[in-house]
Amino acid sequence: MSENVSLVIVSHSPDVARGTADMVRQMVGDEVKVAHCGGNPEGGLGTDVQRILHAIEQAWSPRGVAILVDLGGAETNSEMAIEMLPEDRRGRVVLCNAPIVEGAIMAATEASGGASLAEVRATAEELSPVT
Amino acid sequence: MSLDPSVLRSLIAVAAERVIASASELTALDQAIGDGDHGLNMKRGSAAVLAELDAIAAKPTGEALKAVGTTLVMKVGGASGPLYGSLFIAMGKQLGDRPASLAVLPELLAAGVTAVSARGKSTAGEKTMLDVLVPVLEAARTGGSDLGARLRKAASSAAAATVPIRATKGRAAFLGERSIGHMDPGARSSEIIIEALSHFLDG
Repeated sequence: MSENVSLVIVSHSPDVARGTADMVRQMVGDEVKVAHCGGNPEGGLGTDVQRILHAIEQAWSPRGVAILVDLGGAETNSEMAIEMLPEDRRGRVVLCNAPIVEGAIMAATEASGGASLAEVRATAEELSPVT
Repeated sequence: MSLDPSVLRSLIAVAAERVIASASELTALDQAIGDGDHGLNMKRGSAAVLAELDAIAAKPTGEALKAVGTTLVMKVGGASGPLYGSLFIAMGKQLGDRPASLAVLPELLAAGVTAVSARGKSTAGEKTMLDVLVPVLEAARTGGSDLGARLRKAASSAAAATVPIRATKGRAAFLGERSIGHMDPGARSSEIIIEALSHFLDG
């Protein structure tokens, strides 16, 4: 199980984060580790760098960790968390520019087949909205 | 301006208290074009800085600025945490172990603006805090007398100038044309912090 790329779900809402992780587990199974976090430091809607760091730690796989986020602050805080990781881990955690639920399921499906971190991200990002 | 520890302490305290006092105003601005959490987020971050003020003010100025930034990163809970956090961390890194003075202010602000721009993948003109910080940096570079008053004026007219901008970054970008006609909450919170700083430059 630790041989696969793992996932971290970061939403402003703890419920959305947990629900997305539940969907991934049900649809893809447990071959891909999924950690999730949501909510600001007081537990309200928002995101929290410390919780994101903790989720990355929980999900850690030597193959890498793909992060799926919902909105702006989740992205900025996740980028901050990645920069705060120890140097040897920083390069193995990436943010996917994809819708959180669909992207998570696509990423997990790809990861469950043993794909690399770059492949997992590319698959999730096929869903990126055209901007 | 020489920033001895007691001055730094009151500067941080005044800035944090002003942000806390403006929480409802920032929330109202953010409810118009964002998700309405800017006031509460900045209040939470500022309260965390005040709670650690003794420890922060005991550090050399560069380290103190970095500590303010780290506290904001950890406690704000929105995009503004890493954005303001990066601003102060970059200023602290730029200062290093030198004493803070008026002479290094433009250099510190420039490092801060670069960091915010990189963190937010943004430049001035996109209806963000950079629309205040960049003109303030220009005013600081110009230098001269009445610096405090001029920074205050630059910040206030720059914040007002975000009203007609159509947002292309941040949550407000989702609103497109409808973001026009509202002041950017991040620009306003930057103005509040610069205003607090400016009174210390007045001597």
